[in-house]
Amino acid sequence: MSGARWPGAGGTDGGDDGEGAGRPRDAGSHQDPGQHQEPSPPRDPGPPRDPGLQPERTRLAWRRTTLSGTVAAVLAVRTALHDGATPAGLAVGALCCACWLGLVLLARARTRRLGSSAVPPALAPRAAAAAALCTVALAVGAAALVM
Amino acid sequence: MIRVVRHVRLWFAPEAVREEGSTPDYRFSLANERTFLAWLRTALALIGGGFAVDQFLPDLPRPWRVGLALALLAAGVVCALRAVDHWVRCERAMRRGEDLPASRFPAVLSLVIAVVAVAMVVVVLAGWAG
Repeated sequence: MSGARWPGAGGTDGGDDGEGAGRPRDAGSHQDPGQHQEPSPPRDPGPPRDPGLQPERTRLAWRRTTLSGTVAAVLAVRTALHDGATPAGLAVGALCCACWLGLVLLARARTRRLGSSAVPPALAPRAAAAAALCTVALAVGAAALVM
Repeated sequence: MIRVVRHVRLWFAPEAVREEGSTPDYRFSLANERTFLAWLRTALALIGGGFAVDQFLPDLPRPWRVGLALALLAAGVVCALRAVDHWVRCERAMRRGEDLPASRFPAVLSLVIAVVAVAMVVVVLAGWAG
């Protein structure tokens, strides 16, 4: 069902489908002809699974992104505390931490939605814009800290 | 300029994107999302690089240090904004069944990174010689 309906499938699921289609046919030709073999009944039980693991890959991409954000936020805090903590520096450091928190919360909401249904909805433009704005705010805070 | 404003409005209007065309296969949307996230990571890495230049090159003269850090931070900002813009345009193109938008941004970003890298080599060599 999945292989026939979706065009442009990735390399992994294409190869997987080829294996699955070829194996039962070979087995049937080599075994005794009296035994009728069902064409792989346990292959797709239950809800359809994405053979390319797209939701998982997307979830991990969000995880990587929040990790990158963590590195940037840690560097921001280090910069804020390095040459003696001034109130202005602390405020900008707190802003950077808030941006990091925003990214983490966005990633959390998105990964929950990805896991909520078999066919996950597309990312909302508002969430994408919010993630980018968190990044931009982090950069602005960084510029303030550096100067 | 008007095009840019229209695009920015689109960022915050999920309904406007959803009205056009038909919903593509969700896997294409997820692939587009991952590309967006990869660009966002690039932006975050550039920002981290800006911090790193400021923090871990204390022997650098201050104008060089601040200049390089600001260049990296500005590249990070542009990269993040462009990531959303490109994501929205790809999403819309997929809904309309059009070709995906072509972009010269990767080339521009590569050139900027190359220039910054060459500047770093010059700075390190100058510090080593002097």
